[in-house]
Amino acid sequence: MSAGSDSTADRMHILNSIRRSLRRGELAGEHRQATQARLAHPPRGPAVARADLPPGQRVDLFCHWAEFNNATIARVGPAEVPAEVSAYLTRSNLPAQAAMAPSPLLDGYDWASQQMLSLRRGRAEASDQVAITGAFAGIAETGTLVMASGPDHPVTLNLLPETHIVVLRESDIVAGYEEVWLRLRERYGKDCMPRTVNTITGPSRTGDIEQTIELGAHGPRRMHILVVRE
Amino acid sequence: MQSTAHDFKENIGAALADPNLQDSLAKLKTGFSERRRQAAERLPEFEALRDRARDIKNHALANLDFYLEEFERKVTSLGGHVHWAPTADDARRIIAELCRSVGARTIAKSKSMIAEEIGLNEHLESLGIAPIETDLGEYIIQLRHEPPSHIIAPAVHLTKDQVADTFLEHHGKLGFTRRLTERNDLVAEARQVLRQKFLDADVGLTGANFLVAETGSSMLVTNEGNADLSNTLPPMHIVLASIEKVIPTLEDAAVLLRVLARSATGQESSAYTTLNTGPRRPGDLDGPDQYHVVLLDNGRSSVLGTELQDMLRCIRCGACMNHCPVYGAIGGHAYGWVYPGPIGAVLTPHLIGVAEAGDLPNASTFCGRCESVCPVRIPLPRLMRHWREREFEQHLTPKAVRQGLALWAFLARRPRLYRAVTGLANRTLALFGRIDGRYRSLPLAGGWTRYRDFPAPQPGGTFHARWRRRR
Repeated sequence: MSAGSDSTADRMHILNSIRRSLRRGELAGEHRQATQARLAHPPRGPAVARADLPPGQRVDLFCHWAEFNNATIARVGPAEVPAEVSAYLTRSNLPAQAAMAPSPLLDGYDWASQQMLSLRRGRAEASDQVAITGAFAGIAETGTLVMASGPDHPVTLNLLPETHIVVLRESDIVAGYEEVWLRLRERYGKDCMPRTVNTITGPSRTGDIEQTIELGAHGPRRMHILVVRE
Repeated sequence: MQSTAHDFKENIGAALADPNLQDSLAKLKTGFSERRRQAAERLPEFEALRDRARDIKNHALANLDFYLEEFERKVTSLGGHVHWAPTADDARRIIAELCRSVGARTIAKSKSMIAEEIGLNEHLESLGIAPIETDLGEYIIQLRHEPPSHIIAPAVHLTKDQVADTFLEHHGKLGFTRRLTERNDLVAEARQVLRQKFLDADVGLTGANFLVAETGSSMLVTNEGNADLSNTLPPMHIVLASIEKVIPTLEDAAVLLRVLARSATGQESSAYTTLNTGPRRPGDLDGPDQYHVVLLDNGRSSVLGTELQDMLRCIRCGACMNHCPVYGAIGGHAYGWVYPGPIGAVLTPHLIGVAEAGDLPNASTFCGRCESVCPVRIPLPRLMRHWREREFEQHLTPKAVRQGLALWAFLARRPRLYRAVTGLANRTLALFGRIDGRYRSLPLAGGWTRYRDFPAPQPGGTFHARWRRRR
């Protein structure tokens, strides 16, 4: 690595150049306090009216936009989750085996009821065809899933397999990004985001050949979301 | 990369004569720009969000040093490292040293315009480190040894058939010997080839759409998932970002995200928006062991406080080029350097000099479509005019243009003489053109009449004369 003194000089070079151009020194006094206050209490942007709905309709809106973005949806009760996963794999001509996130939320479902279904808990490997994960939240405004990484949710499960099955509780569906940020701060503390927060809207896609959308560029080709009633 | 911006006029001739390019560009009108219009119409708050997006970026720029230091503090507190690179040279050196520190042989690289700006790939290759572009469009042009022609759709200048030929040529040795004709087969083949490269890479290098000061996160917006594989699988993640990418908070990111995807591709949301904060944590089953952010200045700090500061608001959505009639006619390569279109016409003279790139801001009729669609309301025509003025001041404008302008200025300051001369010219042109109302050639107007007829003035005199009669 470069010597410490060089990198300190480079750092000061950039900061001083910014201050010189802005014709001021380091932020100080009231100006600094106001900027710190803005960081501590972030102001929200203009509200998006379409997601400002009572919970039931919010779930409908989530499903609408998720399907608009090429995900498929099954609305099920908690007892139906394992059977719907098996049925989806059968309908899609996929093997009855998957890598599953080692999360307490998923362990709460009765997977033993599906005798043909073989599950391996852990991260995804290159050979896995199907991943099953939960989701930290769903965003109704755009049909977006929010995945927070951690020991209970390896990031590779969101990306490597061609098919991603997501179990999302209705109570975790919120209006917009802003509610997700609040939940993240509540759960992890204001000073410690999870290593990776993936917000995912539908399957992977590319428009790089003739501006025409094709699904399954590098991430999953298929995304099936089980929206679970409570 | 080596600039050919000084050959802009020759580049234009070649672009207009390229049938494949013209076929590809014809799709821009019905592709990105139509989808943007529909997305904007679906969201009643879109214009208010654009105003807010502009204000957020202005606020971040006015306090840039503060937010960069906050960002650094947060990254460091979570086990990441921030490196400050005043110049392109510094950034190349820092990244090369990081790669060498882990003995890297291959790098999974996710699309980054700043990497193009600093010529990173050539530098790494010269050191024996292979950067592999993993965005499909970037991968295609890397195989073809071409620069990107668009900031979000780097291979937009190519047809499907050209891509098929390129894959056949390069994938044959990997056992893919059939020439493909369908887009989805081409995508699937690239996916197979690149998957192994992700798994083998020693370093993942990505850009960033935003850096969030509040949390110390780098934020990446993509559709393919290649950036996410790049920042998850290899043991080291390097983020290369320029200093103006920093924004205060996650709430601010929410506003910018709402205008970014809609302005770029007309999507409600891109498929993947990812926040990365530091290296993997204890107990994590995947993710990189090291997380580094390289902050590049490369001339940006000197623009603050000047009338060019507005260009630093740019969030690189590409809407200005998707809607530009000049870009739509000549494509991105003609601009001769990294950034094409209206934003390129403004950035390039700053980054490589007005002597090299002075033609770019002249390639505009100031129709204003770029400004009208810019999500952060950058006054692009005004900024292009700024560069035309600098070009004129530095005596870089061609002699004939300077003399013409001097003659016009002489007349314009003498209203009576001006009216007499324009009246005479008008009558003369009307007289000789009156048979079919147009000219196929005119002295001093060869640049115009070579491609189209020049309309003869309508009877009734000059605008001045007719206006006076009306009143």
